[in-house]
Amino acid sequence: MGEVTTHEFDVVIIGAGGAGLRAAIEASAAGCSTAMICKSMLGKAHTVMAEGGAAAALANADPRDSWQTHFRDTMKGGKYLNDWRMAMTHAEQAPDRIRELEQWGAVFDRTSEGLTNQRNFGGHTYPRLAHVGDATGLELIRTLQQKGIHLGIDVFMEFTVRRLFKSNGRIAGCFAYDRTDGSLHIFKAKSIILATGGITRCWAVCSGSWEYTGEGHAIAYWAGAEMGDMEFVQFHPTGMIWPPSVRGLLVTEGVRGEGGVLQNSEGDRFMFNYVPESYKAEFADTKEEALKWVDQVVAGELATVRRPPELLTRDVVAKAINAEKEAGRASEHGGAYLDISWQDSEVVKKKLPGMYHQFIELAAVDITTEPMEVGPTAHYVMGGVKVDPESQETTIPGLYAAGEVSTGLHGANRLGGNSLSDLLVFGRLAGLRASESAKSISEFAEIAVGDIQDVVTETLAPLSREGGENPAKVCESLREMMQEKVGIIRVGAKLKEALDDLDDIEARAAMTSPGGRRTYNPGWHQALELSAMIDVSRMCTLAAMHREESRGGHTRDDFPTPNDDVWGAINSVISKTYDGEMQIEHRSYPEIPDDVKALLDQSDLKED
Amino acid sequence: MTRKVTMRVFHGEPDEDGVPLGEMVDHEVELDEGMVVLDVIHRIQAEESPDLACRWNCKAGKCGSCGAEVNGKPRLMCMTRMNDILDETPAGDPVTVKPMQTFPLIRDLVVDVSMTYDTDRRITPINGPSNKDWVFHQPEADRIQEFRECIECMLCMNTCHVLRDHQMFEQFAGPRFFVRLANLEMHPLDTENRLPEIKEDFGIGYCNITRCCTEVCPAGISITDNAIIPLKERVVTQSYDPLAWFARKLGIAKSK
Repeated sequence: MGEVTTHEFDVVIIGAGGAGLRAAIEASAAGCSTAMICKSMLGKAHTVMAEGGAAAALANADPRDSWQTHFRDTMKGGKYLNDWRMAMTHAEQAPDRIRELEQWGAVFDRTSEGLTNQRNFGGHTYPRLAHVGDATGLELIRTLQQKGIHLGIDVFMEFTVRRLFKSNGRIAGCFAYDRTDGSLHIFKAKSIILATGGITRCWAVCSGSWEYTGEGHAIAYWAGAEMGDMEFVQFHPTGMIWPPSVRGLLVTEGVRGEGGVLQNSEGDRFMFNYVPESYKAEFADTKEEALKWVDQVVAGELATVRRPPELLTRDVVAKAINAEKEAGRASEHGGAYLDISWQDSEVVKKKLPGMYHQFIELAAVDITTEPMEVGPTAHYVMGGVKVDPESQETTIPGLYAAGEVSTGLHGANRLGGNSLSDLLVFGRLAGLRASESAKSISEFAEIAVGDIQDVVTETLAPLSREGGENPAKVCESLREMMQEKVGIIRVGAKLKEALDDLDDIEARAAMTSPGGRRTYNPGWHQALELSAMIDVSRMCTLAAMHREESRGGHTRDDFPTPNDDVWGAINSVISKTYDGEMQIEHRSYPEIPDDVKALLDQSDLKED
Repeated sequence: MTRKVTMRVFHGEPDEDGVPLGEMVDHEVELDEGMVVLDVIHRIQAEESPDLACRWNCKAGKCGSCGAEVNGKPRLMCMTRMNDILDETPAGDPVTVKPMQTFPLIRDLVVDVSMTYDTDRRITPINGPSNKDWVFHQPEADRIQEFRECIECMLCMNTCHVLRDHQMFEQFAGPRFFVRLANLEMHPLDTENRLPEIKEDFGIGYCNITRCCTEVCPAGISITDNAIIPLKERVVTQSYDPLAWFARKLGIAKSK
C-alpha cells in the first residue's frame, strides 16, 4: 500500500511553467542535478494561456521608453505596495531576458526595422509588450521547453507535490504522488524552487486552468513560510461571459491595446467617467483624442496625444464594468460590450487570431463585425510566498519561489505583460541562487520517517472513505462561496461569514469519497486538492478582512477609498503559528532611497 | 430549455500486455447552452463517475491536453461544441467518446504520449547567434510563425496512418515533429543542417501525403503543404540532385 520511491537531486523545481522552466535551465546550466516536477505534462502549464505579451523596455516601438519608466509604471500600477527592489530588478533585466528567448528560437512579431515589436497595454506609458499575435505564452513556454529538453533535466510529469520536508530548519525535500499510476515518491533535495503559479480556481468565474488550485502557496504555508499580500487578487476586466460554459475565459487586454472600446447597454463609452485622479494627466478625455491615439499607434507612429481610458489598469477597468452593471447598464448577459469591429477585419485577424477563433468557435460571435460581451474574471494573485529580493529565497532556508507563487513585484495590482517578464527574470534568478546554495551543501539531509508516514496516510485516505460526497460538489461550493463573499467587491460582514463557511467546507472535504483506485483517478486528485484550496482561500479572506480600505485588486464596499495614511505602505504577512493557527501581521518594505524615489510619479508621492 | 443527450464513453484500463480492456458506458447528461464535449465529461464526473479519467488543462484550445475521438473523429474536447456534435449525430444515436487510439491506454480517455517527448529530444536544437544584434523582418517571421502555433495536442500523430496502423514511432517522427523540424530549418537565426536526420532518422519518406494530419489540426496549420512537402523537397534536392551534389563537391554551394 504505502511503498515510496526515493529520488535525490541537487535542485528540485516544482512547476514547469515559464518560471519553473527558466529556473531549471539555469540550475542545470550551473551543473546541478535538476528535477522538474509538474502537475500536468511538459508544455501544458498555465503559462501557455498567456496572451498579450511580455513587458520589457526594449524601446523598439518607442525610443522614449526606458527601464526607469517601466519601473515607475509598475510601482504606480501596484499602488506603491510593491517591493521596489524587485520592481527595479525586473525592469532592468526584462529586456535581456526577452533577447535571450529570441536567441533560443522564439519568434516575436517584428517592427518595420526588423526588431522585436512591442504593443500597448494598460498602465504602460509606452508600447512595451513583446508579443506573438495573442499567443505569447505559447511562444514562451515552447521556447523554454525546447531549450530545456536538451539539458538533461529530469522531468516528472503529472506528479502532484503534497508536502515539503525540513531538516534542522532547512528545506530537505518534498513528497509527491504520480497522478497516472498513484505511486508515491520522496524527492530529497538540497534546494527547492516553488514555481507553481496561482490560485484562481478558488473562484467560480476565473480564467485559470484546473492546475490553479494553489498547492504551491499551501505547501509553503504548511511548511512555515511567510505569505504576503494575499488580499490582492486581480480580477481581469475582460473575461467571456456567454455562453455559460465559457464564463471566465480570458479576452486579452491586447484587444484594447489594438483599439477595442468598452460600451454599456446604452452605447455609452463609459471608461471616460472612471479615470482616477492620479491618472487624469495621462489619459484622453475625449473620443477624438482617444481615436487619434489609436490611429497613430496602428500606423506605427509615436503617439503625440494621450491614450484611451480603456487602457487604464486592470483594477480600474474591472471595477468600472462592475459599477455599470450595478447601475443597470449591463450588456445582455450581465457585462459590458467590447468592440473592435470598427477596425479593419484583416488587421483584427492578424493581431488577435486567438480571440477571433475563440469567439467564433465557442460563442458564435464574429468579433470583426460585432461586439464581444465581457465581464470581470479572477485572473491572478499578486500575493504569495515572501521572498528575498536579491535571491528569491523564502523565509525557509533552501526554499525559493518565483513567478505567481511569490509576491513582491506587483504590489496591489499587476500590470498586464509584467507576469511573463516576471517569470523570466525571477525564474532565472531563483535558479541561479538555488544552485549556488545547493553546491554549498555536501550531503542530502535525512527526512523523518514520521513525516513521511503522516503524508502517505493523508494522501491515501480519500480512497478508503465510503458514503461521502463527490469531491466535485465540495469544490463547487467553495468556488461559489468565494465568488460571492470574497469576490471583486468585498464587505466586512461577508468576509467574516466566509471564514465560517470555510470551516464547514473543510469538514465536508474531510469526508469526501471519490471511489475508484489509484490509476489516473481525477476524483481522488480533487479530494486532495481541496485542502490546499481551503487554506489559500482562508489566507485571502483573512487578509481581505484586515485591510480596511480599497486599493488595487482589493475593494471594500464598507471602506471604498484608499487610506494612504494608514495602509499606503503596509503589506500583510500571514504565517502559521506553532499550534497550527493562521496568524496575520502587517509590515512595510524598506524605505525607498531618494535617488530611486526620484524615478516615481512625484504627484502620487505628494498625495501621501 | 434543457435537453438530454446520451454519451457513450469508454471506461477501461489495459491488461498486463497493454491491450485495452473496457467497455462503452452510456451516460444520460443534461445539456446547457453552449456546452462543449469537455463540459459534458466534467458533468459525468460531478454527477456519477468521479474517477472517470480525462486529461485537460486550459479548456480554451491553447494547451492541447484534451484530445479524444468524438464520434470517431479526433478533436479537442474543449473546442467541440455539443450543438455541432448533435447536428452530425443521427437522431436517437448516442455520442461516442473514446481515447486516441494510436497511443497506449492509461485509463478511460487518457493515453500515454511519452514517446512523443522522446522524439522531441532527438531533434537537433536551434543553433542561434551568439551576439544579440540580429535583425529579421516580419515576412521571415510569418514563414514559421504558423508552425509555432502548434499546441502539441498530438491529434495529427493520432491520425497519421504510419503511426496509427504501423506504430513506427522509432523510424518516423510524425507530423507534429515535421512541423517542428520545418520551423527549425526555416528559422531565420538557425545555422544547423538537419536534412540528413530528417531523411534517415525521422523517415520523412514514409509520409505519402494523404493530408489526414492537416485535416484534424485544431490550430489550422497546413502541415502537409507548408511543412512536410517543403522538407521532402529539400531532402530530395540535397540527396538526389546531381547538380547540387556536384556543386557541393566543388565547394561552390554550402551543404544546406
